[in-house]
Amino acid sequence: MTAMQRLLQLPVTAVNMVKTVQSQVQGQEEDKSPVLTPDGVHQAWYSALQPDELRHLRSGAPVTISVSGMNQSIESQEWLRVSTARSTRFQSDATIALQEQGGSTKRIPLLVCELTGLIPVSLTGKEAESCFNWVTDTFGVSGKKAVILIKWVKILHDDLKEMLDSNKDSLKLEAMKRIVAMIARGKNASDLFPAVVKNVACKNIEVKKLVYVYLVRYAEEQQDLALLSISTFQRGLKDPNQLIRASALRVLSSIRVTIIVPIMMLAIKEAASDMSPYVRKTAAHAIPKLYSLDPEQKDQLIEVIEKLLADKTTLVAGSVVMAFEEVCPERIELIHKNYRKLCNLLIDVEEWGQVVIINMLTRYARTQFLNPNMNESLLEEGSDKTFYGSDEDEDEEEEEKEKKAEAPMAKRKPYVMDPDHRLLLRNTKPLLQSRNAAVVMAVAQLYFHLAPKAEIGVIAKALVRLLRSHSEVQYVVLQNVATMSIKRRGMFEPYLKSFYIRSTDPTQIKILKLEVLTNLANETNISTILREFQTYIKSMDKDFVAATIQAIGRCATNIGEVRDTCLNGLVQLLSNRDELVVAESVVVIKKLLQMQPEKHSDIIKHMAKLTDNIQVPMARASILWLIGEYCEHVPKIAPDVLRKMAKSFTNEEDIVKLQIINLAAKLYLTNSKQTKLLTQYVLNLAKYDQNYDIRDRARFIRQLIVPTEKSGALSKYAKKLFLALKPAPVLESPFKDRDHFQLGSLSHLLNAKAGGYQELPDWPEAAPDPSVRNVEVKDSVFTLLERVTTLTSVPEWTKCSSREKRKEKKVEKPFYSDSEGESGPTESADSESDSASGSESGSGLEESGSGSESEESEEGSESEEEEEEEKDKKKKKKELKKPVQESESEQSSEEEVRKHERKNKQRKSDSESESDEEEESESESSQSESEDSESEAEVKKKKKVAEPKPPSKPVKKECKKEKKEMSLLDLDDFEPAPSPQATPLNTFLSSSLVNDLEGLSLSDAVLSPATISPSSTLKSYELLHRITGEGLSVEYCFSRQPFPPDGNMVAVQMQFTNNATSDAKNLHMEDVKLQSGMRVKEFTEIELLPAGETATAVMGIDFCDSTQAANFQLCTHTRKFFVSIQPPVGELMRPVFLTENEFKKEQGQLMGMNEISEKLTLDANCRNEHSIVQRVITAANLSRVPCGSDKECRFAGRTVTSSSLVLATVASREEGAAQLTVNCEKMVIGTMLVKDILLALTQ
Amino acid sequence: MIHSLFLINQAGDIFLEKHWKSVISRSVCDYFFEAKEKAVEPDNVPPVLQTPHHYLISIYRDKLFFLSVIQTEVPPLFVIEFLHRVADTIQDYFGECSESLIKDNVVTVYELLEEMLDNGFPLATESNVLKEMIRPPTILRSVVNTLTGGSNVGDKLPTGQLSSIPWRRAGVKYTNNEAYFDVIEAIDAIVDKSGTTVFAEIQGVIEACVRLTGMPDLTMTFMNPSLLDDVSFHPCVRFKRWESERALSFIPPDGNFTLMNYHVSSQNLVAIPVYVKQNISFFETGPCGRMDITIGPKQTMGKTVEAMMVTIHMPKAVLSANLTATQGNYTYDLANKVLVWDIGKLNPQKLPNLRGSLSLQSGAPKPEDNPSLNIDLKIQQVAISGLKVSRLDMHGEKYKPFKGVKYLTKAGNFQVRT
Repeated sequence: MTAMQRLLQLPVTAVNMVKTVQSQVQGQEEDKSPVLTPDGVHQAWYSALQPDELRHLRSGAPVTISVSGMNQSIESQEWLRVSTARSTRFQSDATIALQEQGGSTKRIPLLVCELTGLIPVSLTGKEAESCFNWVTDTFGVSGKKAVILIKWVKILHDDLKEMLDSNKDSLKLEAMKRIVAMIARGKNASDLFPAVVKNVACKNIEVKKLVYVYLVRYAEEQQDLALLSISTFQRGLKDPNQLIRASALRVLSSIRVTIIVPIMMLAIKEAASDMSPYVRKTAAHAIPKLYSLDPEQKDQLIEVIEKLLADKTTLVAGSVVMAFEEVCPERIELIHKNYRKLCNLLIDVEEWGQVVIINMLTRYARTQFLNPNMNESLLEEGSDKTFYGSDEDEDEEEEEKEKKAEAPMAKRKPYVMDPDHRLLLRNTKPLLQSRNAAVVMAVAQLYFHLAPKAEIGVIAKALVRLLRSHSEVQYVVLQNVATMSIKRRGMFEPYLKSFYIRSTDPTQIKILKLEVLTNLANETNISTILREFQTYIKSMDKDFVAATIQAIGRCATNIGEVRDTCLNGLVQLLSNRDELVVAESVVVIKKLLQMQPEKHSDIIKHMAKLTDNIQVPMARASILWLIGEYCEHVPKIAPDVLRKMAKSFTNEEDIVKLQIINLAAKLYLTNSKQTKLLTQYVLNLAKYDQNYDIRDRARFIRQLIVPTEKSGALSKYAKKLFLALKPAPVLESPFKDRDHFQLGSLSHLLNAKAGGYQELPDWPEAAPDPSVRNVEVKDSVFTLLERVTTLTSVPEWTKCSSREKRKEKKVEKPFYSDSEGESGPTESADSESDSASGSESGSGLEESGSGSESEESEEGSESEEEEEEEKDKKKKKKELKKPVQESESEQSSEEEVRKHERKNKQRKSDSESESDEEEESESESSQSESEDSESEAEVKKKKKVAEPKPPSKPVKKECKKEKKEMSLLDLDDFEPAPSPQATPLNTFLSSSLVNDLEGLSLSDAVLSPATISPSSTLKSYELLHRITGEGLSVEYCFSRQPFPPDGNMVAVQMQFTNNATSDAKNLHMEDVKLQSGMRVKEFTEIELLPAGETATAVMGIDFCDSTQAANFQLCTHTRKFFVSIQPPVGELMRPVFLTENEFKKEQGQLMGMNEISEKLTLDANCRNEHSIVQRVITAANLSRVPCGSDKECRFAGRTVTSSSLVLATVASREEGAAQLTVNCEKMVIGTMLVKDILLALTQ
Repeated sequence: MIHSLFLINQAGDIFLEKHWKSVISRSVCDYFFEAKEKAVEPDNVPPVLQTPHHYLISIYRDKLFFLSVIQTEVPPLFVIEFLHRVADTIQDYFGECSESLIKDNVVTVYELLEEMLDNGFPLATESNVLKEMIRPPTILRSVVNTLTGGSNVGDKLPTGQLSSIPWRRAGVKYTNNEAYFDVIEAIDAIVDKSGTTVFAEIQGVIEACVRLTGMPDLTMTFMNPSLLDDVSFHPCVRFKRWESERALSFIPPDGNFTLMNYHVSSQNLVAIPVYVKQNISFFETGPCGRMDITIGPKQTMGKTVEAMMVTIHMPKAVLSANLTATQGNYTYDLANKVLVWDIGKLNPQKLPNLRGSLSLQSGAPKPEDNPSLNIDLKIQQVAISGLKVSRLDMHGEKYKPFKGVKYLTKAGNFQVRT
């Protein structure tokens, strides 16, 4: 004290004053609960400084302050004020406010800092020490914890600001370190914000990191200033390095400033489609942050979550499920499509993610699958005690058999587990071996809630293992084991000894172990358990002893055989020297005696004697109740006890007094002769008792038992009322029924619903549609074959949808073994699931078999008619085919005729308008030869017309039918070139469709550049208008035919029409101007184009995969026209045929930057698969890739010049929403293609 | 999930706080302090507490409380496991997890916490990833840093997080390639008064120290894997291989790690290496008691038992002990009433014995219960269960590593009731 006084030259009086004020403040504070007043600041004047001393302070000079009395301070210009901030436990926080004379208070946080942090800055060791002592004394703070106030924080902060403003990174770093240290200690450093935020763009990575730390901590308080830093992060979001992108997003999303919500939203959306999985993971982390900042963004965030849920990397899975749980746990339907993927990825997800996913999947499974134990639950619960006693694998089979035997008993249809349910159980099981206790617990609760009874046993071993972990882990695990052991006692029985208690266990662990031991006790092991309990009773830990006595009581009530043994043991305890033990025993004995009192009157007598010694109120009350209740068994002793009690009545506790009254009343009713006076005496005493309960009770009992003329009918029944047979109490475990909370959850532990807890739903009565979890089919060879067979036999349109479904069913199996295109660590998981799928085949197959069967039958009834019709058709077709094949010449001639016709039409100069005729020829229905309308034909077929028709007719009809199939093929099949020339193909369709197709295209290529008739799918563009061309009009279209002279060229078919009155001659091209790399193969000169005539020519252009125009001059014999051909991007590619697997694989390699996807709303006329396919194929020269899902259409092609793959996917959702994804190595092409297809689908 | 973290010392001072979401006033800890006072022993503080607005989940490690504040439902084990991981990381970085070390390295600890959680959800908990981002302090580096103003933050960007094996950093290089494995078994046992074993089992752990260049793929096989009743693995171990061949196949983390924990069940009869003859009695008359303890070897597989130690938590009434030990020294801690008898090597020829009298507080009643003895011991070069590593193979790298396996048996929770 003296040293400090010297230092501060503080008059003793001032210090004393401080002390008194301080103590007052403390007094006030103590009145209020420290928790209820979160921010109440009590301020105490303590001293004042002279202005010149303040100057000293500000200048940072060594602190030698002379403090004078308080009175002057009021007049002085500025003075200091120390406030003890509202303190939690210690006066650790304090502030000095600098008050200007004007009255406005500018509070400046005072440096109040731990000794170590400050001394080097401000004081020498000795001064600091004295300072420290002074503060200790003044504030009454305990020694070590003491804080010292030495210097103005302003001064210190000025110093920090200077350092932050310097050019040297080392100084900045030093400053930031000190600031962060302040934050870590919970000190306020908010006034440094402007100085710190300037350094957000600092080059030094550690400074930068620390600035981020600071920013995240204080941005919420200084929103305006925080905005200054945003642009830095926005720049960071575009950085080529994924880690920088991720860290920018992380900090940006951690800044809790509402203004930047739109920026965050944008950043998250962008990051969610980043090519780096790490950035996507960060995006998933950012979602809950944004949600907590602005819950209105929920809908948009759900979209992002949906997208990220579909992510196939293990890195993202855990984080996005976490986001899902925080933002939209109720949207369980988002999981359907990702369920199997999550199950398969689970083993490779990092451990924290595993916990979250497993917990979520538990809930999911409860909504989607049937209760695997539903048959057992009908049986009585008791049977499982012996039955499920062991959990060894051999027994499982036995139990399985038993289960089967039980099933018919239950008269329910046999339960078959959904293969997805099985998948979940199988894939989580290995995680029981995790080193992470939380993962093990998560799997354990999943098994407890979802697995068939027979399989739950596997978790016991793992849980018992956790008992060797840290005591906190033990605590949580034991709570859960306690709950489980009530429901499934058998599974922990083999591990009984692992729950034995050691004297070194913490009390709470001991009590939980005791609980488990009690739950596990049964006839066979009770003797061992009781022997253990005997050891425990001798423990020094009295709480534990009390718990043990109660446990013995519970064992005694539950297991009849040992009741007497227990009772005897407990009676022996009555002579224990420890009163607590005796009291606890009395209470328990009372409960036990209630079960069979007549046998134990000697025990009651023994206990009556105890009233002299036992002082614990609860025990006394229990004894009195016992004597009263069974006073007929101890007729001599009871009145005597009452006499003693009447004597000591006034000194008893309330609970004892009530029992004395009770005893008196009961004795009065049974033995009024001896006890009448005593009773009245007791009641009189009670009448004037302080406690109103006791007064009430006395009044009530007097009215009831003492007969007066007024007393009503009740007194007649008083004896019945008081001495009715009371049911024995049931000693229940506190863990009973706790399993309605999801095990392992916080709510379960607290036995109360915690905020944000998601209820574990009850099993559904009937399983919801399992097909919702089906994902697109992978095995394309399979589909292809099926497709081929159906193509050749059954017309497509009738069975399309139903077959689609069935196919999915069948392909379910291969799905498990599919590798998802993942590399590396998933390998093991996949191969595992592969082999496992074999082993589970039993139930799985059955299930899928029955499933598809039912479906088939349904479908059968639906389309029976149609099918019949189809069969007829088939028959007919076969019949018809024979003649066709026999007369090959006929057929080929048929075809040739058609070709010729077309050629002739084109070449020949016909007077008819060209286009009309073209259409006609295509539809062919209006051709004069066909006499029957289609409907007529159908009708005839239905009637099974068998009479042979003129050979031409059937052929014709055949053609017609093929035609129709063709059009379907066109729309949703994989045909490489949807050109009309492929039409005849179908007549040859055989099982090896692919070969045929390839063969066809080859044969086409051999031909000279063929001109084709423009079809509806080909768009023609104007090259030269009639007016500018002075009568000559030229249109061109991209014929989508191979251009044989040069494979890299795109074939452009031009159609010249001479509208003029004179002939045009020597049509040719000249002066071709091209971008570098582009090449053109000119069309052959047309020597003469008579007036009114039309001619076509084909030229080839190599666009070099760009949409640059090819400029050239079109010359006639008289004029030259400047024209240019600019290809739409869709024409720069040619279709390729890919199988679904190939497609997936290629797509997997074209992720990230090479993937562009866009959301769209489909045009109202374009909601079905067919029209989507048609529009896409019109817009781009792609071919359809087979796909199992009818919600998704896939297309593939290669660019003409560089043969880069172009993959497009249109995934449609409900209500016309759809997503278009284009994967292409050439990003420019991809982007443009997206635009074009988008336009085609939405217009 | 995890909202805030407070580090609290035994005296009840909050010396570090970290918030991952908005700031929570430290007054929330008052509920914890209340519970702590009620519990008396720090071990007895309930790990999960409920307050009106928050939930507090805490662990007690190395005389420090790690107290986390939770606002919504979360699996408690998730938090507890994470807090232990934090303590492990601090220990890993600074050698031990103590208040003074944390205070000395407060900025590094704060940075670590920042990296380990993002918005309360664990982000990077693998020590290998963390060490790439924040270098652990070494003496040399701290000297260099003070001179050059360098930093502890890695200048390279951490790539470990991106790899499919996050536990191993890329580009590891050693001149001496070595892989050491310690098979350590601990005997957990309860022996009752008469010397019969109430309960005994073996907890085993394989600690590894692997310093190998590149990306080695190791396979460890055992002579008698069927002994292992229950196992848990480091995430690097391929579970599939274990299931099918009972072999440990893994790409090891760099440096020290726990490869696996295992349990040998009590079905495989556990040999208790020593026997204890004890007689502790307190007399009704006169404030004294008598104690006589002898320890002898039982089944030691021909090895010597070392580092024998007996710890006895005496009843509160025992004032002092006046004993003579034929071997080793004993100490009696008056404040905590703990008697420790440090024996050292067990000599089978001349069995160590501790006998003498105990004096009780005058007037105090005779303790009704005898204290139990906790035994510590070590046996080098033997795994008591008989587990043996048969071979260790390495694939994927060309060099020949130096390999070594060491066995050790020690007492775990070995208690003799008296």
